[in-house]
Formats: sequence, structure tokens, C-alpha cells
Amino acid sequence: MTTPFQVATMAELLAKGETADILFWVGCSGSFDDRAKKITKAVAKILHACNVKFAVLGAEESCTGDPAKRAGNEFTFQMQAMMNIQVLDGYEVKKIVTACPHCFNTLKNEYPELGGKYEVIHHTQLIQELINQGKLAIKGGDLYKGKKITFHDPCYLGRANDVYEAPRSLIEKLDAELVEMKRCKTNGLCCGAGGAQMFKEAENGNKEINIERTEDALETSASIIATGCPFCNTMMTDGVKNFNKEQDIQVLDVAELIANAADL
Amino acid sequence: MAIVIFSILIIGGFYLFTKNVIQIRSNILLGRDIDRSDRSSERWRTMILVALGQKKMFTRPIPALLHLCLYVAFIITQIELIEILADGFTGSHRLFRSSLGGFYTFMISFIEILSVLAFVATVFFLSRRNLLKLPRLNMKELTGWPTKDANLILIMEIILVCFIFMMNGADEVMYNRGISHAAHGMKDSFNFSISGCLGPMLFGGVSDGSLEIIERIGWWGHLIMVLTFLNYLPYSKHLHIVLAFPNTYFSNLDNKGKFTNLASVTEEVKKMMDPSIDPFASIGNESEVPQRFGAKDVTDLTWKNLLDAYSCTECGRCTSSCPANQTGKLLSPRKIMMDTRDRLVEVGEGIRKNGKDYLDGKSLLGDYISEEEIWACTSCNACVQECPVNIDPLSIIVDLRRYLVMEESKMPTELTGMMSNIENNGAPWQFSPADRGNWVNEL
Repeated sequence: MTTPFQVATMAELLAKGETADILFWVGCSGSFDDRAKKITKAVAKILHACNVKFAVLGAEESCTGDPAKRAGNEFTFQMQAMMNIQVLDGYEVKKIVTACPHCFNTLKNEYPELGGKYEVIHHTQLIQELINQGKLAIKGGDLYKGKKITFHDPCYLGRANDVYEAPRSLIEKLDAELVEMKRCKTNGLCCGAGGAQMFKEAENGNKEINIERTEDALETSASIIATGCPFCNTMMTDGVKNFNKEQDIQVLDVAELIANAADL
Repeated sequence: MAIVIFSILIIGGFYLFTKNVIQIRSNILLGRDIDRSDRSSERWRTMILVALGQKKMFTRPIPALLHLCLYVAFIITQIELIEILADGFTGSHRLFRSSLGGFYTFMISFIEILSVLAFVATVFFLSRRNLLKLPRLNMKELTGWPTKDANLILIMEIILVCFIFMMNGADEVMYNRGISHAAHGMKDSFNFSISGCLGPMLFGGVSDGSLEIIERIGWWGHLIMVLTFLNYLPYSKHLHIVLAFPNTYFSNLDNKGKFTNLASVTEEVKKMMDPSIDPFASIGNESEVPQRFGAKDVTDLTWKNLLDAYSCTECGRCTSSCPANQTGKLLSPRKIMMDTRDRLVEVGEGIRKNGKDYLDGKSLLGDYISEEEIWACTSCNACVQECPVNIDPLSIIVDLRRYLVMEESKMPTELTGMMSNIENNGAPWQFSPADRGNWVNEL
């Protein structure tokens, strides 16, 4: 287990005359949602264990504006974006890692046109890099050995940004059996939360999308559903509960799998 | 006489087609401008892979193969059409045969084999649609004209193939009897792959006079079918055979997750955030009507959205992959494209008849597409990913949402709450911004 450590904010570093190599953009879910906070802590532990010089914005971070933009409110989105860009530029941020594919997509693709140009990577990409550089060893690795793990592709990581391999390569490092759902990668089915659906009731239909997706996952008979998105995590967790399978099936972020396997 | 009739048909057919093409072009240009003139080598590559190479079709191999048969047969048969044109204008018969020799036999044989494959594919497509009732080809948005349109195209395809074999088959028997116009007085065989045996089988017992008639029906029929097809295209979903090429060339080459930036909003937001700007200063040319935020009607969409609508062949791969549609919601990305095209045709006709400022009191949003449909979208990009010709229904959905939210403040109530939370607390939920960093104390 990692001994307790401090995560610095950019403001604290600046006060000490220091800078961070990479900014950890936590996102609203990762900051406020109890389940997603566990993912945030797993990422922070990994970065700390790899001696990555990182910092967060803390109270200076604000919503990227993603849900407003997907819902059609360009005003709210651009207000958020410009305020965030002022903060990021104020700290001369060059590189950002985030555990939320929605933040990832917005920062990477939609901020540049408003003047915010940063190198933005998803946490699974950074962790893959760190492991490949030998900075993180997955000791023993017995925790997930031989376990069936399926990966649910977050739309804003996969189809939206063509990141399919980084999370999968991490699961493979666990010595686990990666089983694909019938719909995966480019064909992956949405969890139902994107496009601001997370914040509203679904329109009338005959099924909830997360139930449809959870059925795909159950078909694989995997004991762990891995995701790389706090929204997908919520939706899949609810789906598993709907089938009363929460005793048999865990829904975990790839960062949590790695942190657990590395005994952080 | 035949040459005169032939010339009138050809000129008339191509005149009408050109007129239709010009109309479609002017309809598409009713859309707002969007710059797709960059990265031309990447664009050519996309077009060659996706349109010519049909790369995205092959995610479903069986229909892809059958579609490929139809597609290749269609293109190669046009070579035979060149000869029909040459024969028609000069009054000759199989003009290229003597000069091309063995290659001619090979070409026509190849066309015949492809025609048989196309025939098989067409029969399969017809039965899949009408007997097997494939769900994506039997959804409610296809009721009426779209279903007729689809069947009509397939039936025309079958008739065309029949004409080709009537022409070649009867000519083969005539050649056997020494009365073919292709080789006067000689008794031989053309040695074409299919009609070489199919001709004698079907027409072996037919009198000389009837053979001549059958051969002519095949020849004229082929020509008339091609001209009919050409002039039917502009009214049909089948226009994709032409527009797939420009549509893939002008594809969105950015990451699919990137939504367009509204520059008009950027200006406003910059003014709001810049304390040095005088808020009461004149806002430029006051006679200028400010552009609507988002899209209410087809003229608020970009020309690429409108080109997308004309390029859609209503295959429904988008809809069958849509999570909202699969779970019984009203949204169907295919319907979004069909509605856009139908509305565009209506607007275009209105403008042509009544002048460019004509308004008919209707709009795409409301009269064609309902709010319930667009709010069911998860923006997952499955429809965009699936489309074999790179159509982007999502960008239309987003523009319609933008209009509703920014011009009419109409949205599901929970979203109003989400947006005011973002504006007030910097998060979509009601949490205090000061608590954002609390998790660091829990490590």
C-alpha cells in the first residue's frame, strides 16, 4: 500500500517557484462523485508511484463545458472553455492527463480553436507509457491472474478519438483473460450517458441503453467489467445491479485494476 | 430513322439529367458555407478507400460482396454502353468487334458474367427486403415511397440484365444461322461466356424474323433503361452511386468527437469576458441580419449536411447501430437524413417557383424532425462510424439542439438545471467549487 502523500495544486507549486510536468485534470465526476473519486485516487497513486511530477488545479478547475456543448449550449461551453484556458495558460500548462474521456475529448479537440493548445492524453495512455518505460511494475500480478475481464469502450475515447489499444494493453499486463463483447471497439455500444444523457431521463422507449450494454457484458461471462470513463462506470454499475449481479461482477476503471495489481 | 430517334433519346435524356443535376447542386448550395478545401491528398485517399474501394461496406462481408457485384457490373456495363452509343449514332452493329477481336470477346464475356452476378445479387436484395423482412429495411420511416423506390431500382436492374441477355442471346442464335448483322453471311458463334449457351437454349426455336425483333428489343431496351435510370436517379435514394464520391471526398477528417466551434458565439463570449470592450458600442453593420444560432431549417445547415442528405441510400446501418433506436426510442439517424433531403427538395422547389426569399411557414425542426428525436441522441458517433459513405447525422442533430437551446431555450428541464449548475458552480451538479479538491485529503 502507498503511504499517504500530498497532491500539490498548480497554485502551491507556483508559490514555491516550481512547475509540474503534467497537469492531472480531474473533472467533475472525478472530483465530486464518490465512486469516481476512487478512480481519481487510483490515478493519483499511480502517478505518485511512478514519480511523475504532477499537480491538479484544485478549486481552480471548472467543468470543461462538455455536457453543455453536447446539449447544444455553445454559450455556456465557450464561457467555461475560455475561463479554463485563462487558468491553464496562467500556469503555462503544456501537458494534461485526464481520467474522463469527455474532458479528454473536449480539451484535446475543442479547446485549440478557442486558443487552448495543450498535449492532452487519457490516463490509460499515460499509464501504458509509464509501464512501458519500466516505471511501474505489476508485482506478482496474481490478483487478476486468469480472471475474465471485458473492456467497455467509452464512445469519447474510442470512436471519437480512436483510442482502443491503450486500455486493452493494460488489461493484458494483468495476466488476465481479456474477453471482448460482441460489440466492441469501433462497433462498441454506448453506455447511454453521452451527449448530456447522464443528466436527464431517457426518452420513451422499451429499454434503458445501459441494460442493453450490460447484457453484452454478461454474455462474455467476465467477472470484471473494465471501463475508462466515470460515466460508463456509473451506467455499467447500475446495469449490473439491475441484474442483481453485483456480488459476482465488479465494474472497475482500468486505473483501479492497475493500482490494485501493483498494490498501490 | 433509327439514328434520328436514337439521337433524340440520347440528347433528351442527357438534357433532363443535366437539368436535374443543376437543380440538386443549387439546392445543396442553399446550405451555409463550411471549408472542406484543405488536406486534399488525405481527401483523395479517403474517397478512393471509402467510395471506390468500399472499405466500410466490408464490416458486413456478405452484403458487401453482393453489393460489390452490382457495383462492378454497373461500372463495367458502361463499357458496353459506349458501343451502344457508337452503334446508335453510326447505324452500325457491334462496331468494336472487328477492331478489338479477342479482347472484345473477353470484354463482353466479362460483362455477361458480372451481369449474372448482379442478377443474383439483385434477387438476393429483393428477397432480403421483401421476404426475409430484414428489420433495418422494414422500419416505419421506409413506409410508402422509400420502399417502392428501393424495389423499383432493383427491378430496373433485373430488367436491364434481361435486356442484355435478350440482345446478346438472340444475336448469338442469329450468328449461328448466319444472319447476324455483326458478320454478314457467316455462320459461327460469338463465343461469349453466358449468351453462347443461354442464347440457343432460350431462342433456339425462334423464327429468324422474331430473333431480329428480340435482338432489337434488347438493344433499345438496354438504352432506354439506362436513360430511364439516369433520369430516375435525381428523385431516388439511388443517387449515392454518384454522390458517394464527392461526399467521401468532403468528409470530416477531424476526430469524430470534435464538434464544430460556433465563431459567432466566440465573438460574443470574448466581448463578455473582456472588460476593456464598451458594451454599448455599435455592433457593426446594423442592417446585417444576425445569423441564427444552430439550425431550425435546412438552410441553416451546411452544404455538407445537405450533400450528406442527397448521398444517403437509406441502408439503415446508422439506425441499426444507434443505441437510442435499439432501445425503442423515436430517434433514427436514417430518418434524420431522409427528412433533411425531403425538406430540402421542398424548400428548393418553393424558391424556384416563388423567388429566393420565399417562406412556406414550415421548418425541418418541428414539421419533419421532432424534439423528442433529437434529445434521444447520446452523441456516441455509432451512426457516423457505420455510414459506408461517411454521412454525419450527428452534426445535424447537434445543430438542431443548438437552435432549440440557444434560440428558444427549449430543452428537457433536467438539462436547464445542469446548465445553470455549470454556470453557477462550475460543475453539472450542485456541488460547491471549493470542495473540488477534497479528494486529495482522502489519500
